[in-house]
Amino acid sequence: MVTLNSYLTLSAVLFSIGAVGVFTQRNALIMYMCIELMLNAVNLTFIAFSRYLNDLGGHVFVFMIMTVAAAEAAVGLAIIMALFRNKETVNVDEINLSKG
Amino acid sequence: MSFLIGTEAIAHVAFWIVVGLTFGGAVIAVFPRNIIYNVLGLVMALSGVAGLYLYLGSFFIALMQLLIYVGAICISIVFAIMLSRPLHLEVPKRSVPKVAMAAGASAIFFAAVVGVIFKSNWVPAPEQSGDWSVVTIGHLLLTRYDLVFEVISLVLLVAIIGAIVTAGYSRRFSS
Repeated sequence: MVTLNSYLTLSAVLFSIGAVGVFTQRNALIMYMCIELMLNAVNLTFIAFSRYLNDLGGHVFVFMIMTVAAAEAAVGLAIIMALFRNKETVNVDEINLSKG
Repeated sequence: MSFLIGTEAIAHVAFWIVVGLTFGGAVIAVFPRNIIYNVLGLVMALSGVAGLYLYLGSFFIALMQLLIYVGAICISIVFAIMLSRPLHLEVPKRSVPKVAMAAGASAIFFAAVVGVIFKSNWVPAPEQSGDWSVVTIGHLLLTRYDLVFEVISLVLLVAIIGAIVTAGYSRRFSS
């Protein structure tokens, strides 16, 4: 039997790997993928708690997060494409349009 | 009895394979320089998380994970890569102190979270016999959590309109 603590540790590791990616990568698409990884780690935590506390509320949270991730995919990728059309780059260090 | 031990061992091995798939995929998703490898690693990690959901007994969520993340989000990322051609741009060199600082910050965060996990005393529910079928989830989404259902629909509608408007305007600006 896998305990709740091991699931929580597992998702903490997944979240940390995603955080390292967000900190080190400068490509907007890869940063976006790392954020998806972190969202997945949080989803795993919710499902583990939902199972161990025997409450379906965790599932509802996961529905919400998945929907927001899908919306984020639609709008975020559209923004990245628009940036690439105008600036010819996806490197976030070179994108400083609102820097005055 | 030996049959029971056998199935338990197989389940254990399957669990560790899924965990390895998740972590291997996550590392491949984060570190390579070629963006196609990153997407393939992301697919691997998300499939591994779907396997973990199956192991936790949430068949519906596992299918949703495969459909939405692997089937929809990863494919749209591949389309974005195809349409924005970042493969042909040279990747800037990664500076070692920056990577070390990022790893350090993440390690501090990880230590804090693990400390909280093992210091807290989680009390599991007395009975673990919850009904997790699709029928129950559907009933709850349309009765007790119907506001959540409607808000989710509204968020998706606004996101679709926003994506169309963003893509349309960017074409007008660039031409």
